[in-house]
Amino acid sequence: MAEAGLTKPLATEGRAVRPVRLLRNATSKVASIPMIATVLVIFIGCSLWTVVYSFTDSKLLPRERWVGLDQYERLWTTDRWLVSIGNLAVFGLLSMVFSLVIGFALAAMLDRKIRFENAFRTIILYPFALSFIVTGLVWQWILNPDFGVQKVVRDLGWTSFTFDPLYTDSIVIYGILIAALWQGTGLVMCLMLAGIRGIDEDIWKASRVEGIGVWKTYVVIIIPMIRPVIVTAVVIIASGIVKVYDLVVAQTSGGPGNSSQMPALYVMDKMFLSQNLAQGFAASTMMLVTVAIVLIPWAYLEFGGKSRG
Amino acid sequence: MADLTAGPRGPKPRRAFSTPNIVLYGTLIIVAAYYALPLYVMIVTSLKTMPEIRLGNVFSPPIEITFEPWVKAWSTACTGINCDGLSRGFWNSVQILIPSLILSIAISSVNGYALANWKYRGSEFFFAVLMLGAFIPYQVMLYPIVLVLKNLGDGLTVISNVLGFGDVQIYGTLSGLVVVHTIFGMPILTLLFRNYFSSLPEELFKAARVDGAGFWGIFFKIMLPMALPIFVVAMILQVTGIWNDFLFGVIYTKPDIYPMTVQLNNIVNSVQGVKEYNVNMAATLLTGLVPLTIYFISGKLFVRGIAAGAVKG
Repeated sequence: MAEAGLTKPLATEGRAVRPVRLLRNATSKVASIPMIATVLVIFIGCSLWTVVYSFTDSKLLPRERWVGLDQYERLWTTDRWLVSIGNLAVFGLLSMVFSLVIGFALAAMLDRKIRFENAFRTIILYPFALSFIVTGLVWQWILNPDFGVQKVVRDLGWTSFTFDPLYTDSIVIYGILIAALWQGTGLVMCLMLAGIRGIDEDIWKASRVEGIGVWKTYVVIIIPMIRPVIVTAVVIIASGIVKVYDLVVAQTSGGPGNSSQMPALYVMDKMFLSQNLAQGFAASTMMLVTVAIVLIPWAYLEFGGKSRG
Repeated sequence: MADLTAGPRGPKPRRAFSTPNIVLYGTLIIVAAYYALPLYVMIVTSLKTMPEIRLGNVFSPPIEITFEPWVKAWSTACTGINCDGLSRGFWNSVQILIPSLILSIAISSVNGYALANWKYRGSEFFFAVLMLGAFIPYQVMLYPIVLVLKNLGDGLTVISNVLGFGDVQIYGTLSGLVVVHTIFGMPILTLLFRNYFSSLPEELFKAARVDGAGFWGIFFKIMLPMALPIFVVAMILQVTGIWNDFLFGVIYTKPDIYPMTVQLNNIVNSVQGVKEYNVNMAATLLTGLVPLTIYFISGKLFVRGIAAGAVKG
């Protein structure tokens, strides 16, 4: 490849002495050792290790006493895990839908060649720069029943107004959702905006000629055209949802009771607090399976057709 | 012809106060206010005294501005037995950040360069797995990595003892956390650098090869000077990422060397003592200050960084 551009005979000659090239690329291979080690030892090795040890009865330390699917059986009969999965499903579905809808709506508004576009974008995206811990703590404070939103509305005259998500079992997940959306929608907006800006201006001219309204154009014409961006956004949001951990720790620590538990909290608790390693491995394997279900079809669509990435 | 079509073409002439405009800007201003609100709440709460907080609500502006909460959050707030405030966590985070930043960017830039310009058998496979690795939930790898770090420490201890030095410990120390950050920063950074180096004109590389430059020669003399903007993007990405990390800090360090986010969570969510909301918010704001500063200074580069993760390579 490097010799392309020279005369033809030379190029073929270059192909003929390929073995020497192997030696020359040795530097490249040596330089890639950290990456190769990371891929083989961490991403492949450690993941497989966890999956394998999820079939043991390891408690405090990992040991090779095989118990088949016992850990999984126990996992799926544990209330706390079932609550976590239910929460993840509700939280995941809502945050996916709202992230995409709000993200797209904001992107469409910013796309209207408005003034102060940069200022608006800066304000909407800044939460994304903050850590989940900071986000969780701020929203914990804003949703505080004695000083926050509930008190403000009560002071305005509605004395029986109740909005206390972080201390109410049945709606605690929405309190977390509010914080998660506040932090994450800016990113989705940016992705969508980049996608919308990548569309040919002629589309707009055509839709104007056809007499299609602005909002209808966005929904009917633009959304199908930015499908790749939306798919990317879906994958990013989904992998973020499965991982959600810090936010819940900061906002509610899984409480009140177990009502805002998430799979990641369950895993951490079993592995590092209650010394039930294999149970944690089984739970984290389930997380891996969840991600794989989302990821494999996407990777297949995205990279399956072409061998060069 | 031109002046006849001048009206309908080009940007639509809009009056500043047409109804659609009012709706559009009105919505945007409300949205922006909503997004800005928590920052405002953090600031005003951190400047109030506790009696004032008990009287008002989270949104009321401070009547009497006090910086006491900031001082307390920084230098005397307690986590467990340590009562030297967030400053401890801040310096821990700095000590974690700098080596992680240098190591991860150094390794990833070389990775990206090798993947873009010096492909070898299997390089595309390793790259593909690296990208998929970014999506594996960290929880799957957390425990085995503890074992890897312990073994790494033991292995290095053997070497260092042979050389006449003391024992080496990786797990539970700052160096262990640096290794972990380097590992998990690798997918996104490698993608960033690979895409950038692939986008450079190939003639440049070819010319250098003809002149007899090798792997490192081309990297240091040609690629590095041209890649400065992308290094800045990588730094922004890593500084915010590492500073905001909580999970790895909790698992791979001990209370004395907890990073700032972990310490912040311990201060605010501690169950003992009276809740001092103003100190809590000052501490929260202090922790958010580093990434916020980076964000507001870097502007478009930050957006470029996060978009790099999204746009496929």
